[in-house]
Formats: sequence, C-alpha cells, structure tokens
Amino acid sequence: MGKGSEIKLIGTPPSPYVNRVQIVLNLKSIDYEFVEENLACKSELLLTSNPVYKKVPVLIHANNPPIPESLIIIEYLDEIYSDVHPILPSGPLARADNRFWANYMDTKFFPLFEELRKTPGKEGKKAIMKQIIEGSQLLEEAFVKFSDGKPYFGGDDVGYLDVVLGCFLGWTKFVEKHNEFKIFDEARTPKLLEWTNRIWSHEALKDVIPESETLMNFYMILMKYRP
Amino acid sequence: MAGSDDVILLDFWVSAFGLRVRIALAEKGIHYEYREENLQNKSPLLLEMNPVHKKIPVLIHQGKPVCESNIIVQYIDEAWHDKSPSLLPSDPYLRAQARFWADFVDKKVYEAAKKIWMTEGEEDRQVAKKELIEVLKVLEGQLGEKPYMVGESFGLADIAMIPFSVWFHTLNEIGKMNIERECPKLAAWVNRCMERESVSKTLPHPHKFYEFVLEMQKKKGH
Repeated sequence: MGKGSEIKLIGTPPSPYVNRVQIVLNLKSIDYEFVEENLACKSELLLTSNPVYKKVPVLIHANNPPIPESLIIIEYLDEIYSDVHPILPSGPLARADNRFWANYMDTKFFPLFEELRKTPGKEGKKAIMKQIIEGSQLLEEAFVKFSDGKPYFGGDDVGYLDVVLGCFLGWTKFVEKHNEFKIFDEARTPKLLEWTNRIWSHEALKDVIPESETLMNFYMILMKYRP
Repeated sequence: MAGSDDVILLDFWVSAFGLRVRIALAEKGIHYEYREENLQNKSPLLLEMNPVHKKIPVLIHQGKPVCESNIIVQYIDEAWHDKSPSLLPSDPYLRAQARFWADFVDKKVYEAAKKIWMTEGEEDRQVAKKELIEVLKVLEGQLGEKPYMVGESFGLADIAMIPFSVWFHTLNEIGKMNIERECPKLAAWVNRCMERESVSKTLPHPHKFYEFVLEMQKKKGH
C-alpha cells in the first residue's frame, strides 16, 4: 500500500529527536517530505502544528492533525505501517521494558548532555561527566539483557532502543571529543561500544546523523542563544 | 491471556502515579495484592524490582516488574486486552493523542502543581499559581466539549490526570486559589470521572491529601 509523500516531517537536521523519526521512516521505507525548520525563528506551520511545546519533530500524515514528540511519532508510525520492519516488539512485557528504557534515556540520560553544555567550570562538568558514565553502565546492562547475544537491542535487526539511543551517537561522539572523555569504552561498556560501531554504519542511520561539522555549528548556536 | 492471579502492586497510598495504576486495574476488574511502601524505608522487593529509579508504583505480574505509571497503564491494557474496557482508543491517531496528553500531565501539570506548596515567598507563589492555571487551561482546551480528554471514552489521558484532582483542594488552600472557578470545564470533567466506580472508589478524599501535605510541610519546618 503506497503512501507516497503523504508524510511531512517538520524538523532540523542536527536534532537527534528528529533523526529518530527519520531513521524509522527509513527502516520502514516510507517516502516523506522533510520541512526544515529554523529554530531561531519558528515558522507559522511549526507554531500551529505544535502549539503546546513549539518543538520539532512534528509529523503530519495526510489530513490528520499533526503529531509531536518523537517517541509518540515512532509508535504511531509503527502502528500504521505495521507490516514493514516492526520497531517495537509485540509482547506486552517486552513493549513495557522497551518503553521504560526509552523513558530513562529521555528523562535521565540525555538531559545530562544539555546540563554538561550549560555547566561552566571544570569541577561542575566533571561531576556531570561522572553521571553520564554511570548512565552508560546502566545502558550497557540494558543492552546485554535486550540483545541476548545478538547484534542489536532489537535482536537480529534494529529495533526501538537501537533507534532511541542510536540517534544520539553523533552527539555522543561530539561531546566525547569536546570534553575529552569516553562515554562508551572497552573496559566499562564493551558490548555497547561494539554496538555503537555496528549501528553507526547501518544504512538507515548513516545518511541521517549529521557530520560533526554540522553538529559543531549547531552547538555554537546553542551556546550563543541558550547558554 | 493474562491471569488475574499473581499481580502485586507496590505503591504509596497518596501517590498520584500509583493511583493511576489502581484506577486502570479497577477499570479492568483485575484482582491484585496491594503493598504499601514506606518511602523512608523502601522494601528490598522494591529496590530489586525497580533498581534504576527505586520508585513506586511498580506492578509485578507473574514475577516480572513493570515500572513508570503511564507505561504500566498501557501494559495493563495490552496484557489484559481481552478484558473491557479498552484503556486506549483503537484509532492510531487517537492513540497518539492519548499518549501525548498523558505525557503532558507528567511534563507540565505535576511540576507546576508541586511548585505551589514547594515555593516560599508570595511573589514566587503568584508566579507558580499563574503557571498552573495556564497549564490547566491547556488541558481544558484539549477537553473542549468532549466528555473525556481524547475521544468519547475514558482512557489513558483521563487516568493520567484524574488523580491530580485530589490535589485541587490542597492547591486551593495553600495557593489561595480556586481551580474549579478558573477551570469550570475541568471541574465538570472531574465530576464526570468520579461517576466511574474505578475512580470514586480509588481516589483518597482530598482532605486526607491536604492533611498529608501539611504534615510534610511541618516536618520540613514550614
């Protein structure tokens, strides 16, 4: 059932949350129109499509009202395109476990990166880097549990948590370099480190995650407008 | 088909998040063992079942934990999908809406409401009041003329929000405000939800919550 460019995605290329949706659209081979947004000067379309949060990504599917929030968009796409590359597993407990870890990443792990950026001074930054490392150890344990010896969180192929965490790898590499520390390393998170290399070259991701130069430019903009 | 036996809920009597789960279980008519946690002295079971956050509520079904209230409610709907009513709409677009508004309650309502009794100083309290009313009015906007938050049926978004109605009396007293007057549609929705047994038999009396908050404040020396 061809759905063509019935799908519009409002977003900005450096946003990992936008990248998440792009990855899922790629995995499901869905054509879509990317509507690039200027976050410094938000369009009428964005402000009316997501009046509650005024943020990207927003998905517009045919004549339906818009859907914001990356995880909600992913579940929606998984439901309407259920026949191609399922993202979430089908069992209730497995689904709850997947949603739990996505929630952990979005409410506990990723906010640390923003905090790191905003925290001045070496001592402050060191404390946050320590928390990021602790978080990465939890994620290592989660990976071992979910993958159960297979290459991805989703098992044999890319699944929900691969997308939810994988979209951030451009930024984790950037943050590692910028702050001179390793988030994923051989000693502490060996399986996850292997996974980062594996997923980085997956075809659904590699054209979506921006180059480090793009991320650097975006980072400078964030430092200027949201210090 | 999931069995109703072997369902345990680790909870705290006044937690809005725990209440969500209790309402969902009641909607589906699921029998379970309720275990009250002492949050000052968490049980080994809680620490084992939710090692990441160490928080309630935790639903333990056939020995396996499910954590995070909105996730638990969806789990209950999926594991007992053969029991009516459905807690989420069947249409994918409406399901997305239900998840969005349940998440909105977590991101906005909870934070704004807590500030009312956590801030000190009249100026900060006024700011907190304004914020809370703004957030509640956004919910009213979503409600519109509909009986429930999303579509025509009581579901996830309503379940996410209705426990916070227990807070209104406390917010009104401490914040010197009148939520029902400022948000009449929301007040009507609360009354409508209270007509459901799963809600009226589960929610504690608002005065009990007020006593609890006053006790908490006394302990902190307010």
